Amino acid sequence: MSTLAASARPRRDMRPLPWRRMAWVIWRQHRLALIGVLATLSALSLGLWLLGLHLHNVYAAAAACRPESSSFCAGLANRFSGTDRLLADGYLLQVVPALVGAFMGAPLLAREFESRTFRYAWTQGLGRSRWTVAKLVGLAAVVVLASAAFGAVLSWYYHPYFAAGNENLAFYEKSPLSGGLFDLRGIALPAWTLAAFAVGGLAGTLIRRIVPAILATLAVYAGLAFAAGLFLRERYMTPALTSHLQLLEGPQTKPFGTDWIISQTYARGGHTVAATTVERFLRGAPEGNLGKGFDPTQYLIQHGYTIWTRYQPAGRFWTFQWIEGGWLLALSALLLCGTVWLVRRRAT
Amino acid sequence: MNVVEASGLGRRYGRMWALRDCSLAIPAGHVVALIGPNGAGKSTLLNLLVGLGAPSAGRVSVLGGLVPGSPGALDGVAFVAQDTPIYKSLSVEDMLHLTQNLNRRFDRASAETRLANLEIPLARKAGQLSGGQQAQLALSLALGRHPQLLVLDEPVAMLDPIARHDFMAAVLTAAADDGVSVLLSSHVLSELERVADYLILLSRGRVQVAGEVDELLAGHRVLSGPAGEADICSEWPVVHERRGQAQTHVLVRAGAEDPVPPRWEAHRVGLEELALAYLREPEAAALPGPAPTSMQEMR
Repeated sequence: MSTLAASARPRRDMRPLPWRRMAWVIWRQHRLALIGVLATLSALSLGLWLLGLHLHNVYAAAAACRPESSSFCAGLANRFSGTDRLLADGYLLQVVPALVGAFMGAPLLAREFESRTFRYAWTQGLGRSRWTVAKLVGLAAVVVLASAAFGAVLSWYYHPYFAAGNENLAFYEKSPLSGGLFDLRGIALPAWTLAAFAVGGLAGTLIRRIVPAILATLAVYAGLAFAAGLFLRERYMTPALTSHLQLLEGPQTKPFGTDWIISQTYARGGHTVAATTVERFLRGAPEGNLGKGFDPTQYLIQHGYTIWTRYQPAGRFWTFQWIEGGWLLALSALLLCGTVWLVRRRAT
Repeated sequence: MNVVEASGLGRRYGRMWALRDCSLAIPAGHVVALIGPNGAGKSTLLNLLVGLGAPSAGRVSVLGGLVPGSPGALDGVAFVAQDTPIYKSLSVEDMLHLTQNLNRRFDRASAETRLANLEIPLARKAGQLSGGQQAQLALSLALGRHPQLLVLDEPVAMLDPIARHDFMAAVLTAAADDGVSVLLSSHVLSELERVADYLILLSRGRVQVAGEVDELLAGHRVLSGPAGEADICSEWPVVHERRGQAQTHVLVRAGAEDPVPPRWEAHRVGLEELALAYLREPEAAALPGPAPTSMQEMR
């Protein structure tokens, strides 16, 4: 036996196994999830394309209408505002990156633990670290590419809402920075999908059961998305501050166009005035609250008030996209590394 | 070369030691039976040997000094875990292809020949195979890697007697034909006599007995004599004493050449009887076997 061992050992070629061998493994073991995700995104893209053609036509008609103040043009503008109202605010489509990430990421390791097959997978010659890295990176790449393609469709679909020149038309204004549309466009969508995938991978490793891991992933993702939308995004850059209200440009124009207004505060004589004080002051106005032609803003300014507005200029859209994409990418990398680390040190 | 060496090896889960102070040196070329009651630490020890777990204490090496789980060790050690985990949704052919892709060497032709001889259809989903066929598939995948050490955790526990027999026959053939060292855990004692030539008995997380079966059998005798005179046997290390109405049977560590007291008879002991005696007496210990060699080399 010792002779056999001695002759057997130098014969062994100890170069690491090529990564490309994992491509077949990933495809064979995850093809249902891959096909499911790609089919779902394709179907959604097709639907959005059909809806989008209509939306773009309605928009083109409304944007080209002259004179803008005619009731006919107002009708066209209303028609545009009323098209695809379910999709217009973007909240419905927020579930897409969450579901894609959760269904691709969470079962990746949870299935191995749940069916106990990690005892097969991690004792093969490839080794568990390379196995885990290959699967995470391979599937993450697919997730990012697929969601980026889907994001391109979404960007096209939502383009009319943010088209140049909209601020001069009588459309309902949308800020590209706020609400449910910011993270469906640009690089934010693939970044969020990757983050959901990474959360899923870690959740699957920690929880080790598929369904609870998927649910945990969706919960964490929702928390993250709400935190970003409600607290983080407005702090990416110091907001601009102005007391200018652009009141002279006519009643049709919103004061700040498509800028994202964070907050408005009142001041008088260099001191901040509480909102309740302002309300009381307005209620005591001689014209009365409900009087026709009464402009409370104008009234406040006439009586020495300054209205300070903190806002994020709409021109910061791409800066914000890179900031959001950046921290999500860093978070995803951290979570994926954490997953690999857990797999490496996990002792059965 | 020792296929397995451990010194002071321990594994703790929380405050519970599943395996404790385990020192072993298993030479190559044996079929080793690892036995012990449930919860004795058999699976824990095997997981440490294949790199699925990390030791809490002590050190362990395989194939003459390789760290379990390292690339070289993964390459030379094949493992079939308890309940033979395979991807149930994959076909037999896909499992072959998967194993081929995950390993540096995989003898696909011989694995397919084995499966054909067992009449396991390649197109069938692994989950639709019988328990015996699943075990045979897992064994074929492991043997196709041409390992130096094959580790099997309770491979026959779920199988019916015929499948159990066929499985063990396949293991023995591989050990004899390819020179694979085999380490298998079991709590089924009846198969062992036919299969194993090396025995390790774990009890309460410690190694109680370790050695070649022939040496262990040659080093033990059952002495039978009058019930009142059992004390006479205490000049040898007593493993287990079984008192009957008229006669007492005492298993002692004594060779064939040792003198037998008057009015007493000495019998050879069988492997199953020996194992049972030690299992009943967790305090008794017999630890012959070769000394570690490569531990010094490792330093």
